[in-house]
Amino acid sequence: MADATADLAGASPAKLTTADGRPLKSALARAQAKARRRAFLLVLPLLLFIVLTFILPIGQMLHRSIFNDGFAANMPQLTQWFVDNPVGTEPDESAYAALAADLKSAAEAKTIGVVGTRVNYEMSGTRSLFTSTGRKAKNFEPPYMQAVLEADDKWADPQLWGTMRQVSDAYTANFFLAAVDLARDTEGKIVQAPEDRRVYVMLFERTFLIAGLITFLCLLLGFPIAHLLATLPLRYSNLLMILVLLPFWTSLLVRTTSWIVLLQGQGVVNNTLVATGILTDDTRIQMIYNQMGTIIAMTHILLPFMILPLYSVMRPIPPSYVRAARSLGASSWTAFRRIYLPQTLPGIGAGALLVFILGVGYYITPALVGGASGQLISNLIAFHMQDSLNWSLAAAIAAVLLAAVLVLYWLYDRLIGIDNLKLG
Amino acid sequence: MALPVYASPLERIWHYTYIAICVAIFTFLIAPILIVIPLSFNAEPYFTFTEKMLSFDPEGYSLRWYDILLTFGMTAPDAPRGASWWMDVWNNATWVRAAKNSVIIGVSSTIVATVLGTIAALGLSRPEMPYRRAIMAILISPMIVPIIITATGLFFFYSATGLAGSYVGVVLAHATLGIPFVIITVTATLIGFDRSLTRAAASLGADPTTTFFKVTMPLILPGVISGALFAFVTSFDEVVVVLFVAAHDQQTIPRQMWNGIREQISPAIMSVATILVIVSVALLATVEILRRRSEKLRGVTSS
Repeated sequence: MADATADLAGASPAKLTTADGRPLKSALARAQAKARRRAFLLVLPLLLFIVLTFILPIGQMLHRSIFNDGFAANMPQLTQWFVDNPVGTEPDESAYAALAADLKSAAEAKTIGVVGTRVNYEMSGTRSLFTSTGRKAKNFEPPYMQAVLEADDKWADPQLWGTMRQVSDAYTANFFLAAVDLARDTEGKIVQAPEDRRVYVMLFERTFLIAGLITFLCLLLGFPIAHLLATLPLRYSNLLMILVLLPFWTSLLVRTTSWIVLLQGQGVVNNTLVATGILTDDTRIQMIYNQMGTIIAMTHILLPFMILPLYSVMRPIPPSYVRAARSLGASSWTAFRRIYLPQTLPGIGAGALLVFILGVGYYITPALVGGASGQLISNLIAFHMQDSLNWSLAAAIAAVLLAAVLVLYWLYDRLIGIDNLKLG
Repeated sequence: MALPVYASPLERIWHYTYIAICVAIFTFLIAPILIVIPLSFNAEPYFTFTEKMLSFDPEGYSLRWYDILLTFGMTAPDAPRGASWWMDVWNNATWVRAAKNSVIIGVSSTIVATVLGTIAALGLSRPEMPYRRAIMAILISPMIVPIIITATGLFFFYSATGLAGSYVGVVLAHATLGIPFVIITVTATLIGFDRSLTRAAASLGADPTTTFFKVTMPLILPGVISGALFAFVTSFDEVVVVLFVAAHDQQTIPRQMWNGIREQISPAIMSVATILVIVSVALLATVEILRRRSEKLRGVTSS
């Protein structure tokens, strides 16, 4: 590019060419394309790394939320029968023959439990039916319809056949329906889940409410601190900043442990209150292993994420604006409300969004100090992953949470710009 | 922050109230971290200050919980404390082994994250970088996506690829989680970077590699080291991914703490916490020093 412009002086304005005779415009385009390619090549290794170790696993998880071949893979003959016969066909001898053969092979391969579990997700109480009939399947003789019904007459239930037809399709939206407390009835219509099984919408609501409350508390506590740091001379504010950054650098588990130590029934706070006579021994406040514990500990943990963006916006605000407003007759409250506060809005937006995004997905702190009432949606995902082993449901709940977080992340990028994120 | 001479009595009252509020909030921030330090020297297995501690009776304090960190998991904790006793600690003590695992995983993932992250940050901060915004959003996303979702995804992915329960799997996952921090700190350092310096080096005959190592690298090194420390802390503090993808015998310090808190919380946890607080103070001090050095190097004057 440099040599191209150097030749400009000698060439006629109609035909600008470089020293080797190429038109200047294409030479410039080529040079720019090369520079773009170079920049991109520097980023490429990391991009591939992230795609491979992050985007791909999450994509695979999302796939699992709509795909579960627990039935289709282990009951191939019956699945084929469902494909061959339209909805509404009464199960005949050929259907029962397929069922008997599949039960036998699944019992031999010890996958009968997987099949039963898959059907059980949609219709509770069926898992034992599969395992018990599976044990008897090796002795089945034709006619199979009679043999199967003799083993257990629950097999005649048309609802069971309707459910088996539904789950024979490995691709299903049922896990997403379950994640928002909906279910399919035997005719395939979408209905509300039974009342005693509606927990997910309530947990989503609780998660968003608690995250909102924590965001508000962080703003309430962070604003005065950020203001103080931004208006103090730098040598003092740098010193005080350490008090904000030290929690930021301290292990999450250490901070959570400290809160357990402080807040538990025989902990430091309760003991102090009892010693000073504010509480008696039997009125100790339960501050941990409930929602309150989650809120206090998470506010403490996320507070630096509010203070740092606020500070970086407040620092460059010239103090002369407020002084000018005061000199024109505004009271200190009016000057703060009309002059100072509007200038801090970008910082408030950045901090609040960041705290909210991080709060919605929190797992460790609620798991350790939340008790039963302080559990968030992340804890439910972990429960389905580790205890109930309904991985497809876990993936579907995770997908809903991920969608919410990505919308917020997109909003953050639009409003604040992801490259304005600062740490310390 | 000084109070102007013309302040009305009401404003004076508010000013002192404001300072009191700020002191209270700073206490809220810092007290929970400092409280574990004296409690870790408790002679009794309680989580609160005993009367002996409050009256500063030396008998109320002891190092027994630090001793447990060494002896827990040893084959012969009661043997005389000689060279062989220390060998036993090094090889068998649960917390020592967890610390070794944490350091191995932390250092390896930091190296991966820092090398890839720094190279990418160099590209991202070039003005001609195409699709910068979208790519940046992708690269920062591991920090934003809830950790439980990342762990779930990795659990499925590693089960399918055979990386589950291996060091490589944990290191790759932790590197992914540390990369956003490296990107953020290094691009922040590169914002004030004077590009004419690299052009000057090129015009004096240096090839791009020489220019990078002799001109660019020394100038951005403070940012790179801060980013690396961030990545290390991220890995050193990470427990969810470890719980989901690591093998049962791959204990790390956070995992051991997690188990300790969930099962039966013992004051030994607080002695670990104290050690970790001291480590984070050291790291914070290093980052602060590096930030000042970087500002000096780049000629950014702090106002």
